[in-house]
Amino acid sequence: MSDLLLLLIILGITFFTGSFIEKKHFEDIKKREIALIRKPIINFGSTTWDTNRKITKAELVTGEVVISGDYFKNFVASLKNLFGGRLTTFESILDRGRREAILRMREKARGANFIINTRIEAIMINDTYSKESVPQCAIIAYGTAITYE
Amino acid sequence: MIITNIETVPGMNIVAQYGLVTGSTVRAKNAIKDFGAGLKNMIGGELKSYTELLSDAREEALTRMKAQAQKLGANAIVNVRFATSSITVGAAEVYIYGTAVKVQPKG
Repeated sequence: MSDLLLLLIILGITFFTGSFIEKKHFEDIKKREIALIRKPIINFGSTTWDTNRKITKAELVTGEVVISGDYFKNFVASLKNLFGGRLTTFESILDRGRREAILRMREKARGANFIINTRIEAIMINDTYSKESVPQCAIIAYGTAITYE
Repeated sequence: MIITNIETVPGMNIVAQYGLVTGSTVRAKNAIKDFGAGLKNMIGGELKSYTELLSDAREEALTRMKAQAQKLGANAIVNVRFATSSITVGAAEVYIYGTAVKVQPKG
């Protein structure tokens, strides 16, 4: 009985903290994305950009983030695992992580005109075999920042 | 050292190539920070200590790759790719590879 009560308390707390942190994070991401809207990133390389202008600098830029879900999200996902279908709770974690990594990369390349050949790498860093573990995702975004003369 | 992840360096000509250069590192977090991350894990959000770990690891792997290229006499690395894998809980490998080349300004 006390075990169940403890579980309910943990679920309650993590539901509020998790959704609060997520909401704030999404607001923050949106604000920063709007600020960078005029600085395009593209995910092809080679010679498709405007070659008439002289390029003075090309350098590798990276952005990385390690993001984790919360206990409540994990609990919901493990319940949903029984029936299959979309795991919306995990989708939002990965979405946040990827957008954050891309934003950090773009913020590092503030002086550049745009970023080409963007690639995104993601791995799970925790023990994915144990059912209790909350997913932790490490994401690296990288690309080449191009500066025109 | 110029590093790009496209096949060329814009505005430059590749005059010589020296083959693949790589850099890798495996990093683990200390137990105290792991404990903090464990708590953070419950409530959700970014794990800042792990992000730090990841960017340290990336920096280290890049440095090793650059050192290798320098030894070969290259002045640029093109077509760089990142690969990551998790070896055990709380440890991550960052592996970076690219082609070492010598470039010269066009014209």
